[in-house]
Amino acid sequence: MSGAHKSATRGFAKRMVDRNGLPVAIYLGVAVTVWVLLLVLLPQLAMLDISFRHNLPPSGIGGPEDVYTLEHYRYFAIGGEANADSWNGLDIGVLFKTLFAALMVTLIDLAICYPVAYLLAKSTSGAAGRILILALIVPFWVNEILRAFAFRILFGATGVINEAGLGLGLWDLPIDFIGQDIALYAGLSYAYILLMIFPLYNAIESLDTNQIEAARDMGATTIQVHCKVVIPYAKPGIASGMTMVFMLSAGALAAPQILGGPSNLWFTQLVYQWFNSGGNWPRGSAYAIILLVVCISFVMLMMRLFKVSIGAIGR
Amino acid sequence: MNRGSFSISAGLYLLLFFTYLFGPLAVMVVTAFNSASFPRVAPWECLTSGWFAKLATDDRLLEGIGTSVIIGLGVVVVAVPIGLAAAIMLSQVGPRVRPLLYTAFIAPILTPGVVIGLSTLIFWDRVALMIGADYDSLFYDGVFLTIAGQVTFISAYSMLVFLSRIQRFDATLTEAALDMGATPTQAFVKVLLPFMAPAIASAAVLAFLASMENYNTTVFTVVADSTFTTVLAGKVRYGLDPSISAVAVIIVATTLVLALIFEAAKRRSARGEAGLLPMDRPFIRAISHPAAVAALMLVLVGGGVAWGTSHDSSACEQSILDGKRAVQRELQEKRQELHRQNAPAAPSTAPAAPGGVFAPGNIAPKPAAPGGVFAPGNIAPAPAPSRIFSPGNLAPSGS
Repeated sequence: MSGAHKSATRGFAKRMVDRNGLPVAIYLGVAVTVWVLLLVLLPQLAMLDISFRHNLPPSGIGGPEDVYTLEHYRYFAIGGEANADSWNGLDIGVLFKTLFAALMVTLIDLAICYPVAYLLAKSTSGAAGRILILALIVPFWVNEILRAFAFRILFGATGVINEAGLGLGLWDLPIDFIGQDIALYAGLSYAYILLMIFPLYNAIESLDTNQIEAARDMGATTIQVHCKVVIPYAKPGIASGMTMVFMLSAGALAAPQILGGPSNLWFTQLVYQWFNSGGNWPRGSAYAIILLVVCISFVMLMMRLFKVSIGAIGR
Repeated sequence: MNRGSFSISAGLYLLLFFTYLFGPLAVMVVTAFNSASFPRVAPWECLTSGWFAKLATDDRLLEGIGTSVIIGLGVVVVAVPIGLAAAIMLSQVGPRVRPLLYTAFIAPILTPGVVIGLSTLIFWDRVALMIGADYDSLFYDGVFLTIAGQVTFISAYSMLVFLSRIQRFDATLTEAALDMGATPTQAFVKVLLPFMAPAIASAAVLAFLASMENYNTTVFTVVADSTFTTVLAGKVRYGLDPSISAVAVIIVATTLVLALIFEAAKRRSARGEAGLLPMDRPFIRAISHPAAVAALMLVLVGGGVAWGTSHDSSACEQSILDGKRAVQRELQEKRQELHRQNAPAAPSTAPAAPGGVFAPGNIAPKPAAPGGVFAPGNIAPAPAPSRIFSPGNLAPSGS
C-alpha cells in the first residue's frame, strides 16, 4: 500500500470515528469488513485458486503434486483425451445455449413487463396501484421450486394445457412442451418478472407526466411517446432490470433441473455435476469461474453498447 | 390519459398478465385437493384433504423446515446488522467513493447463487484444512456454511431496504442532538436507530423469507443436512406428487393472509388518502381494522382446517377405484375375446397390455441424485476414471 493510500485510509477511518463515535465506527468497520472480505472476496479468491489446481485427495493438498495447472480450463476448451474433436463442443455449446436462453428470457420479461410497469406507474391511482403491486408480490413468496413445479403441472404430457388442448381438439397428440424448452422459458420468465418490473416502475414513476402530455399535445403518437420520451428516460431502470434478470436466469439451477428436458443442460448443472456427482471441486470451480466471467463480460459489453453506467443497477 | 383510468386494451393486457401470474398457482392449488395420485385438474376424481395429512407425517420435510427456520434466524441476526452498516457507510462516504462502494456491495446479488455456494464451501474447507479442524467442526456444518453463504447476498438485500429509508433521514436531527450535548454514539442510538426501526423490521422479514426460499446456494452449502427447499427439490425430481401442491397451498394461504393484514394496517394508517373503501362508515372502518381482518382470516383458516380433518373422501375414492377396476376388467375381457378369435391363426400375437392408462404420462421420475450427500473435503479422485463422470454421459438422466 502506498503512502498516499495509507494516509487516505487513515483519514477515512478518522472521519468515521469523529462522525459516529468509536463504538459505532467499530461496528460499521467490522460489519462491512466481515462481509466484503470474509464472506465475499476471500471465498471468491479461494475458488479462483482451487480452479488452477489438480484434483487431489486431502492428503495431497500442500504436497509436492499440489502445483498450479490450467488442466480444467483446457478441459473446458478442448475436452478430455477421449475427445476426437479439437475443441469441447459439448460444454461450450451448453454455455452458449445458456447465454442465449438467458438473453431470450430477459427480452421476454422486458416485453411483458414494460407495459405493466408503465400502467402501474402512470395510469393507476394510490389505492388501486397499491393493490396491484401487492398482487405482483404475492406470487413471489412461493419459492422457486414450487413455481417450477407449477409449470411442470401445466406443461407436462398429461398436464393441464395438453389436456385442455386435446379436449378442445386443438391438437391430436400431446405436445412435448418440456422437451421443446417452452416450459423452461415460461418458467424462467415467470420467476424473474418482479426483478424486471420494479426497476422499470421506479424509473418510469419518476418521469414527470407533463412531459408525456406535452409530447402528446405536440402530436406524438403513442409509439413515439414511448420511443422518444419514456424509454430514453427509463434507460437506467431498463438496464438494471435486464442485468438482474440476465444474471439470475443464467445462474438459475432449480428451474432447469425441474423444467429442463432430458437432454437439456444448463451451464449451472454442469457445475453442479462436476462438484457433486463428479467429486471434482477444482473443475467445478473452473466452470463456475467461466460462467461468472462470461456473464459479467457480457453484461459489461451490453452496458458499453447502450451507454449505461454500472451505478444504475439495483436502484 | 388521466390517472386512475386506463383504456380497455390496457385493462385487457393487465388481465392477461395477472392470469399468467396467478394461473399456474391457481392450478397448483386446485391439484392439491384432487385425489388423483398425479397432480392434475382433469379428470377430477375426488375432493380430498388427504395430501395435507400426508404432509403432516412427512418427517423429512418437517425436519427440513426446522433446519430452514434455524438458518433463517441465523441469517437475520447476521445479515441485517451488516446491511445496516453498509447503508450507513454508503450514506457517509464522498461522491467519488460512493459508486465504487455501491458496486462492491451490490455485486453479491448479481453473482449466480451456484458460485456463491461453491466458493463458500471451498473457502471454509481450506480454512479448516489450514487450522487442522476435523469433520465435526463448525467448518463442515451445513447450518453454519449455509448461513455464511446466504448472508453474502441477503446482506445486500437488506442494505437496499435501509438505503431507501436512510435517504429520507434528516441529518439535521443528528446535528441537533450533537449540539444539545449528545455524544455521537448517543445520537446514533437515540436518533438514527429509532428512525431506522421500521426498515429494520422489514429487512428482517425480507431476510428470513429470502433465506427460507433460497435453493441455488443452499444446495451446495447444506452438505449432509437438508432444508425445506432441498427436500422439496428432491421430492419434485423424484416424482410429481400432489402433496407438493399442498405445500404450495399452505404457502399461498399464509402469504395472502399476511398480505391482507399488512394492507389493512397500511390502509388504516393512511386513512385520509382516497381509498377504495368509504372510510367514514363505521361498519367499513371496523371491518377494515387489521385485527378484524386477522380475526376473519383466522376463522377462514380454522374453518379450512376443520373441514380438512373432518372431510372423508374414502368412499368417493373407493368408487373411483372400483370404476377403474371395471374398466380394467372390460379391457381384459376384450383382450381375451380378441385372443380367442386370433388364437387359431396366430397364437403368438398377444396384444400389448393396455397398461399405463392411469400412468402419469411420460413424466417418469428421474433417477435424481439426492442433493448434498457428498461429504465436505471429499475431494479424493473418484476410483473410476473421471471420464465416467463427464457431464455429457450423465445427460440423458438429468443430474
